[in-house]
Amino acid sequence: MDHGPGGWVAPLLALAGLALSFAIPAYGWLNKYQQMILMYVGINIILAASLNLVNGYMGEFSLGSAGFMAIGAYTASLVTVRLLPAALVPWGFPLAVLAGGAVAAIFGLLVAFPSFKTRGDYLALVTLAFLMIVKSAIENLDVIGGPRGFLGMKRLTTLPWVYAWTVLTLLMIRNFVYSRFGRGVLAVREDEIAAELMGVDTRRAKFLAFTLCAFFSGVAGGLFAHLLQFISPRVFDIIKSTDVLIMVYLGGIASIGGSVIGATLYTVLLEALRPSAVAWACGWLPSFLFEPLNRHVIAHLNVWRMVIMPLLLVLVMLYRPRGIMGLRELRWLVPRRDRKALGKGQEGL
Amino acid sequence: MTAPLLEIRALSHWFGGLCAVSDFSLALAPGELVGLIGPNGAGKTTVFNLLTGVYRASQGSIRFAGEELVGRAPHAIARLGVARTFQNIRLFRDLTVLDNVRAAFDGRALYGAAEALGRFGRFRREEARVIAEAHELLGLLKLDDLAGEAACNLPYGLQRRLEIARALALRPRLLLLDEPAAGMNPNEIGHLMEFIAWVRTRFDLTILLIEHQMRLVMGICERLAVLDFGATIAAGTPAEIRADPKVLEAYLGVEEPGCRPAGGGS
Repeated sequence: MDHGPGGWVAPLLALAGLALSFAIPAYGWLNKYQQMILMYVGINIILAASLNLVNGYMGEFSLGSAGFMAIGAYTASLVTVRLLPAALVPWGFPLAVLAGGAVAAIFGLLVAFPSFKTRGDYLALVTLAFLMIVKSAIENLDVIGGPRGFLGMKRLTTLPWVYAWTVLTLLMIRNFVYSRFGRGVLAVREDEIAAELMGVDTRRAKFLAFTLCAFFSGVAGGLFAHLLQFISPRVFDIIKSTDVLIMVYLGGIASIGGSVIGATLYTVLLEALRPSAVAWACGWLPSFLFEPLNRHVIAHLNVWRMVIMPLLLVLVMLYRPRGIMGLRELRWLVPRRDRKALGKGQEGL
Repeated sequence: MTAPLLEIRALSHWFGGLCAVSDFSLALAPGELVGLIGPNGAGKTTVFNLLTGVYRASQGSIRFAGEELVGRAPHAIARLGVARTFQNIRLFRDLTVLDNVRAAFDGRALYGAAEALGRFGRFRREEARVIAEAHELLGLLKLDDLAGEAACNLPYGLQRRLEIARALALRPRLLLLDEPAAGMNPNEIGHLMEFIAWVRTRFDLTILLIEHQMRLVMGICERLAVLDFGATIAAGTPAEIRADPKVLEAYLGVEEPGCRPAGGGS
């Protein structure tokens, strides 16, 4: 029986990507700015995929992404700037990112506990409150710079590191989703009471989903901090959380492939709509066309791109309410065993 | 009589000031098929919710295979071997038929979270077993061809059957069926009666069922308990229940002199 692309597609793509992530900076195939966009794409994929665990697979609504990201960013930065001796910093970087994820995961537990008692809108408010608490706590902690922010990080986030963390995140989330724990999380989304009555430990499901989500959001924060080399509480506000929400719902709920597509599309389009980028793309037009276009349209894009993106989301929601890949999965992301179990011609989930 | 599998003793439950179940007692021997009947709002589904831990009983005790169920979490009770279906079908609608069944294996797949994340250790063997058992179960219930279909796309009758398949995935010893014949025509009810009898012997089950369809209840149940306003008003064999004036009264109301319908029958 043929079940479509076999188990080799995902590993092959992963390896090719790893080679590319080393080659691009080494041979200068993309300029520094494009490389940076690529790294933001990776970080956003991590954020979207991990939020999708709670908002898509579990069907809750968390606004906490930026909060977990902030905790990860500050923890990782404190490790590389204050804790590690300078000589060890480049080697200790993955450990610092890991520490960021771990501390964020501990805070994830704090949000998981209210989720045992409350659902839906009320839980969304709890996560919003969490985000505000994190933000004002950082603002009031003078040892880490308070509202002025924190700097001194070296630019340790490189394309291969971002790539490796992205692949690791996607792999872990996939493995989780296609296990008894992931099915528990899905059952909670579909019908929490029925799930309990079918022997699903719903508390453990929630606890794992929130912890994993927080962990990888923290990892994204650690990478982000060592890319930007400056973090302040203002960076991690509600707008940051809504950005991630848009990526999740644009790409599609309960889909790893959707998170990748959503994060990539959102990040790249937002950059592509910058006046300089559009002017560059339209450079081939004859000047009698280009000049008025540039003056009347392109020059104003900085204002309009923040309108165009949300509009795009509204359109997607109208025509595809569950997002581009909602509740479906790219075939080669589904473990072979599960693909086979579902029979021919069926999509995962 | 052998030791009962399920022994409910003096079970009472209040919602605020409303007494939903009052002093309810019932014992089920292993292998029995018992019906729980009564007018709407009599407290039948509440009894199921108390048995499965959705509500915590205000008073009384529920012993199942030697274990006290009152105070346990619903998933713990389910894992002990008490499975149920619902009056209004409560499938995991957007999940596939296979995943509906696989979700119920949560308590029976023996691997930890770390093993799942790394896909190592017991994970592979256990997942292979879960898939094999789920397929076997779906095959037995003639749902295997639909394994990859979303549950919400199934016709009504098959959704009911899938709900039973999902419950059976728990390897239960006690199966609680809440109005399995709801919304079925007489022909389908006939098939359902055969199906319940088959499931019972094939999976070695003790069954407690709630049903309004008297043909089904009288046809397959060995004993009946009748609830009205939370209290047991009668218990016995179907023949005894059919003749019990209190049961008729609960279902049809008290006959007042002078209000007989014109041409009232025998």
